[in-house]
Amino acid sequence: MTMRRSRTSLIAGIIGWVSAIAMFFPIFWMVVTSFKSEIDAVVPSILFKPTLQGYVEVNSRADYVSFALNSVVESIGSTLLALAIGLPAAYACAFYPGKRTKDLLLWMLSTKMMPAVGVLVPIYLLFRDAGLLDTRLGIVFLFTLSNLPIVIWMLYSFFKDVPTPILEAGRMDGARFWTQMRYILIPISMPGIASTALLSIILCWNEAFWSLNLTASRAGPLSAFIASFSSPEGLFWAKLSAASTLAVAPILVMGWVTQRQLVRGLTFGAVK
Amino acid sequence: MATLSLRNVTKSFGALEIIKGIDLEIEDHEFCVFVGPSGCGKSTLLRMIAGLEDITSGDLLIAGQKVNDLPPDERGLAMVFQSYALYPHMTVRDNMGFALKLAKVPQAERDVRVERVADLLELRPYLERKPGALSGGQRQRVAIGRAIIREPSIFLFDEPLSNLDAALRVQTRIELARLHERLGSTMIYVTHDQVEAMTLANKIVVLRDGRIEQVGTPMELYHHPVNRFVGSFIGSPKMNFIKGRVHSVSDAGVEVLLPGGGTVTVPVSAPAIAAGDDIDLGVRPEHLDVDDAGPLAGTVIVVERLGNETFLHVEISPDLILIAGADGACPLQVHDRVRLSVLAAACHVFAGDGAALPALARHPLATNPI
Repeated sequence: MTMRRSRTSLIAGIIGWVSAIAMFFPIFWMVVTSFKSEIDAVVPSILFKPTLQGYVEVNSRADYVSFALNSVVESIGSTLLALAIGLPAAYACAFYPGKRTKDLLLWMLSTKMMPAVGVLVPIYLLFRDAGLLDTRLGIVFLFTLSNLPIVIWMLYSFFKDVPTPILEAGRMDGARFWTQMRYILIPISMPGIASTALLSIILCWNEAFWSLNLTASRAGPLSAFIASFSSPEGLFWAKLSAASTLAVAPILVMGWVTQRQLVRGLTFGAVK
Repeated sequence: MATLSLRNVTKSFGALEIIKGIDLEIEDHEFCVFVGPSGCGKSTLLRMIAGLEDITSGDLLIAGQKVNDLPPDERGLAMVFQSYALYPHMTVRDNMGFALKLAKVPQAERDVRVERVADLLELRPYLERKPGALSGGQRQRVAIGRAIIREPSIFLFDEPLSNLDAALRVQTRIELARLHERLGSTMIYVTHDQVEAMTLANKIVVLRDGRIEQVGTPMELYHHPVNRFVGSFIGSPKMNFIKGRVHSVSDAGVEVLLPGGGTVTVPVSAPAIAAGDDIDLGVRPEHLDVDDAGPLAGTVIVVERLGNETFLHVEISPDLILIAGADGACPLQVHDRVRLSVLAAACHVFAGDGAALPALARHPLATNPI
């Protein structure tokens, strides 16, 4: 019995480690490559002399700080905007559901099922006519809209977990919508709101399709920064790796620090 | 302090009518209990009074003012929820003071009032704790404290004791009765437990399927149920029902033919009943006695000994099992043959439609019908 159990856990352990290494290896390789010279990078060498050459060249060719700042402003800005819209929307769906609330939620989610490229031309034209091309504001709007379904869904499921009598007790005590939000609902579902915000920031940070198509140097986030190093005249692996490492490092660190929160949030309140 | 009136109040969810026209007056200082089986609409009715559910039609008056459209906090009510519904992220102090905070009562006054209520409920040592660190009974007291602090004219209780264990339930029931005595406020209390209803209420409202079956004092409902449903709902163990036939009707009452041949004359007036009609004879277990000269003969199938009394389940015929109350020292065993007599004066006669025939004399504890 114990033999079998220890063998099962051994197999599970091996599977877990193999898949973790398989997922982590590309990132590891990218970081390693970023410290190589271009020659060492092209010929996949294990032993090499570490150099910061790649980072130096990347920084001399492009302004990392301005791209990073764009990423921060755009992902945090759109997350805040999405929360500002998503909180009341999720409140309405969770506590005052109508006959069509479920349909409404599914319809919102269905917008995520369409390939983004399908609306590239209309969005591009709208942005051009509104003067939003290559502006932070435009990207904030777009990120907000594209993440709103997920934000609303997550908040909705967290709100569903708040026992209704608590809100009713609040109503008896004199709490109207805003006071209810401020003193009861938001504090109670803070862990859920935090993980929703984290996920939204991560999704925005990693977004590439719209950033590449709608921004250039002024509003381009870090994903555009990486792309600018994959040039048609031949790939410079070390420089590309250095740029990528710089781009993913902040969000990687954030994800690492907040992973407990994230995992709890992503189980969608299934475990109480 | 206030009176509360319901005038032909109804509630519908779409086409489904939950509350089907309720007329009720609740007097100042009264302890009024809504009781009924689950799904009878008692909680919905309480929530309508609270303002948590809309009133579909009819009027709700508090102290003579129509309050149908007032939000909950402007009705001068406080509610204690079945699940307590404490704010989990706030301390006991903040939980109790929340309504005052929203009403912009200054911090200093808030503290004084919170501490006064905490003393009343013996919650002083727990003021800085969060609800998660309290026992069930303490949470219950916080929930009551949160209601008291607002000094409401009417308290609403939605099955407040159902989450407590048996011993604590009895204790809290007594505390609630004392609290009512001390505060003198009007209280409206919902329960499905008829013992709570009997022990706490000045006035019991028995509900079924969104309608009031009967309103009265506990003793009135016990001694003079208006129909079979109220008869069976009030009293524990339940009232026995014996299918019988009217043998004769006289000024002394209705003589009922019992299964097995005997008769019993129940002192009820029977203008619309004639010899030969089928009726139900209602007899409470405490009004059936073990008596060798009794008209009902059967076999004991279950003996429930409570110490001070014994309940005998007696099979008279395969489709008639009666519960009889007996002395705590009753020596009878399962399979014993037994004869039962019926205390005729305490019996009820229910006509074919379930309505009770009115008793000729009212019980001394139930002389003043509400």
